Formats: sequence, C-alpha cells, structure tokens
Amino acid sequence: MTGVAERADERVAGVGLLRRLLIRPELGAVVGMVVVFAFFASQSPVFRSLDGVANWLDPAATLGIMAVAIALLMIGGEFDLSAGVLTGTTGLILVTLATRYGLDVWTAMLVGLVVALGIGFLNGLIVTRTRLPSFIVTLGTFLMLQGLNLGVTKALTGTVQVSGLRRAAGYEEARTIFAGSVQIGGTSFRVAILWWLLVTAVATWVLMRSRAGNWIFAVGGNEQAARAVGVPAARTKIALFMTTAFAAWLVGSILALRYTSVQANIGIGQEFIYIIAAVIGGCLLTGGYGSAIGAAIGAVIFGMADKGIVFLGWDADWFKFFLGAMLLLATLANRLVRRYAEEVKH
Amino acid sequence: MIIETRGIGKTFGSVLALREVSMGVEEGRVTCVLGDNGAGKSTLIKILSGVHRHDAGTFLVDGAEVRFASPREALDRGIATVYQDLAMIPLMSVWRNFFLGSEPRKGLSFDVAKAKKVAREELRAMGIDIRDVDQPVGTLSGGERQSVAIARAVHFGARVLILDEPTSALGVKQAGVVLRYIARARDRGLGVVFITHNPHHAYPVGDRFLLLNRGTSLGEYGKADITREELTTLMAGGAELDELAHELGREL
Repeated sequence: MTGVAERADERVAGVGLLRRLLIRPELGAVVGMVVVFAFFASQSPVFRSLDGVANWLDPAATLGIMAVAIALLMIGGEFDLSAGVLTGTTGLILVTLATRYGLDVWTAMLVGLVVALGIGFLNGLIVTRTRLPSFIVTLGTFLMLQGLNLGVTKALTGTVQVSGLRRAAGYEEARTIFAGSVQIGGTSFRVAILWWLLVTAVATWVLMRSRAGNWIFAVGGNEQAARAVGVPAARTKIALFMTTAFAAWLVGSILALRYTSVQANIGIGQEFIYIIAAVIGGCLLTGGYGSAIGAAIGAVIFGMADKGIVFLGWDADWFKFFLGAMLLLATLANRLVRRYAEEVKH
Repeated sequence: MIIETRGIGKTFGSVLALREVSMGVEEGRVTCVLGDNGAGKSTLIKILSGVHRHDAGTFLVDGAEVRFASPREALDRGIATVYQDLAMIPLMSVWRNFFLGSEPRKGLSFDVAKAKKVAREELRAMGIDIRDVDQPVGTLSGGERQSVAIARAVHFGARVLILDEPTSALGVKQAGVVLRYIARARDRGLGVVFITHNPHHAYPVGDRFLLLNRGTSLGEYGKADITREELTTLMAGGAELDELAHELGREL
C-alpha cells in the first residue's frame, strides 16, 4: 500500500484512489451499514442514542464472531452448515456437565472446547480426504448434531432444555469474562462486543499479514495451483474448520453463561445467517476472495436491522424480508464492484 | 552441462512413451524441445522435473547420475518448471502469488513490505513491466502471467528453467514478449528448456534443438547445423506435409 505511491506508473495514475477503495471487498458492506444506520437513526432517537448502540451491537457481536470465522472458511473455499448447531452443542455440554456431573464451569468449558475442536477436525478431515463438497459433509454433521442435541438432552432431563448454571462452581468468574458488561460513558456494553472485536482483529491480521492468510486465499482461489507451489492445502482447510468450531464454542459458551440455561434446539437456522453476513461482507461463494472486517460489518447490519425493527415498533417478521433483500443487494453490488476492479485496459 | 540425458526412456504399462532420447542443457543456453502432440515432450519434461522416473538410460545433473523422487527434489537442485496452466491464483495480487508457498517472514508475520519490494524488483530486473504488484494476477495478460512465473522461478534460485509450451496459447505479440523473457533468463546465466511445437518461436531464441516424434528422438542439432526451414520441415514430418498439400490441392 505504501510502496506503490513512490513509483506511480503513468497507467495507474488515472485509476487512483477511487478504484483502490472500490476493489476492497468490504466496500458494499460499508455502504450498506451507512444506509441502514441512516434509515433507522432518522426514524428512532433511541436507535441512535448510546444505549441504542449498545443494544444493537450485542446481537451483532455474537453473530459477528461466527460470521468472521465463517468468512475465513469461505475464503478458503468451504462451507460449514454445522456451525450454528455446534454453538448449541457446546452450550449444552457446558451446562450439562456443570449442573449434573459436578464439574466446575471452567472444566466444563474445556471439555466443550475439546469436543468442538474434534468436530471441526472431523469436518475438515472428511472434506479434505474424500473431496466431497463441504456443503454435503457439514449438512450431515448439522443433522447429526441437531439429533444429538435433542436426543441426549431429552434422555438426561426429560425436557428440551438444561438450566441452573448459576449454581455451578466458577460461574461468577466465567460470567464476568465471557458474558459480563463494561461501562463506557455511563452505558453498559456487553463483553461479547470486545470478544467480537478481538476475533475480527486477529482474523484480519491472519488474513492480511500472515503466511497462513496467503494460504487461505490460495486454497480457496485454486487449490491445485496452491498445492503445486507447496501450500499445505489439507492442513489449512482442517485448521479453518477447527477455527469455525472454536468460534462456535466461544459463542455457545457466551450465550450459555449469559442465560444460564440452553435450549436443545438453539442455533438451528443460524448457519445461513453467518454465511449471509459473510457474503454481505464481500466473500465470494466460490472462495478465494473476501474479508474478515467485511463479515463483521455484515453482522453489524444484521444487529441494526434486528433491533431497529423492534425500536420502530414493527412486526419482527419483517426481519426475514430485510434479510433476503440485503443478501440480494449485497451480492449484486459485490459482483459489480469486482467486475469494475478487475477490468484493466491493455 | 547442467542437465544431460543419455538414451533415456519411459514406458507406461505397454505404452513406450519415450525411447532413447539424449539431450543437454547448458548454462546460459536455450535448449528447445520440439514435437507434435504425442511426441513425448511432456513425458520428457516430467522426467526432468521429477514428476516421473525414467526406466532406461541415464539422467545426469552436474555430471552425477540422479533419480528424483519428487518435484521438490528437482527444485532443490535448481530445476524449476513453469507449466502451461501456471500455478497462479487469479484473484490474488501479483506479490502474493510471487511468494505463495515461500512467504518471507518477519517474526511471526508475513513480511508484506519486503514481499512487495522484492517482487517489484525481481520483475523489473527481468524487464517485466507490471503496472502495479498489488493488482490481481487475473487482470494480467497471458504473456505477463508467464513472465511473472518465470521471474518467480529465477528469484527462487532456479539454475535450469523448464518452460512447458509458454507461447502456445498466446497471440503473436504476447508470444514475442515471452520470448524476450526467455532470452533475458538465458542472459542471466540460466539454462532454459523451452518446449514448443512452433519452430518459428524456437528458432530465434534456441541454441540447441531436440526434435521428438512419436516418442523417439529425431536428433539434437546445434543452431549452426540446421536452418529454420529444415527445422520446420523436420518438425512437421516433411513427407506428411507434402502429402497433405497434395491432397488439399486436389480438392480445390
């Protein structure tokens, strides 16, 4: 970015700043965010107040952690449909072990993490070994986890939820770190927002400034070519599935600690919202292109719409319509932007 | 002589893909391998680049016999291959592609500033005029992509550069650009193996010409021993071409 200016070729001179901005994958999401914010802020004073911001940043945060991880995976050329249900699985493991088997919260979380990473590893291993589309493989994992979540919970409790985490040892400390709040300017913000910012920052660094980032773009862009120059493609993909699983564990734990109980059907349907947020953030469905910051911004748009519709007193059903419209607009915008970026005159 | 083969051969099951081929690659010289489709050009370069093992004859690198177990081994001996379909990712920038798989590091991170600088310098040293190393490889022309791949191989210490039909998919002007980089690589002291089926591309840059036909060698010629016309005729299988002209002539 810096070095380019020092030797400007006469043929890039005309391109300049505008194109440079336009070829960023997150551009569409930024524009969308500004438009959606302007709309709700102009209609609702609460929405634009600091309390309102704290309110809509919260759903953006838990969704954003997942969307960022899914964005990395999608840039690497794969999908994970099991990610949403896995947030439920990790939450159920945490609450069940801490309330029924006498484990303290930290140990229960650790077990949840190990299980999540194991599932991510298996997803990755099956996809890289069999070369089956990850869409199908993780659809299988999704259904299996969905069945397990419900089946095991019912067998253990006779109901479809586990609760009572508040009484478990270590609950208060864990809650402060994962599900507490911080005061900024007299307004209380959820700690999850900080986790989300941290995850986004780390993911962006990995993508843009690490060797692994180069490999992620490469395996998503052209796996054969990446392999030919010595990129460990299978390892990169397995690591990406495990990253998604890690994010699911983080979100599952945050939600379990926040509500102290977990419904066995939680997370179902969320997997598509993660993918949509990543796509709004500039990820291509075909892989090899996208951005972690974009996915985080995609999540902000969802957070704003989710709460904004409530602030305006509209029926929450409108959210689904909004979701679909945003997805269509974003993919169209991204396609235009990318065409413009790639059109170079010879 | 960096690379030499003596009576090298390869069979796949019952198919004799290559028989009794002898050739050499010298420092600062271009060896052209010419032949029609199915002549055995790919089998030969796959042996040289470590993809296949020969099962007859001898293969020498720096005068010592070798048998590469993998392309990596060939690369470690300085033999780099640029394939026609180029190991490049269209959506990634030139500098990211340039260092893919061998990223320079600074502490834990990918030294992006260095990668951009080195990529720009290496391309300029090869006389390659890329507008901006930040642009995606997908926006480069075919000739420019070949050139970037060549510059990359040179940067990573290639002594021998094997180019698999680098000009075949290109227009006249683009092919000229690539030929110029082949000459440039030669001038930097690399041995070049240039595979092509176009004698008009081979003749201007070549120092030696190995002609293949149906898996066997029609001989290796120095530039002094063969004219462009002879090369063209040999390459097309002279008699066949005459026959074709005769046949087509009658139809008119």
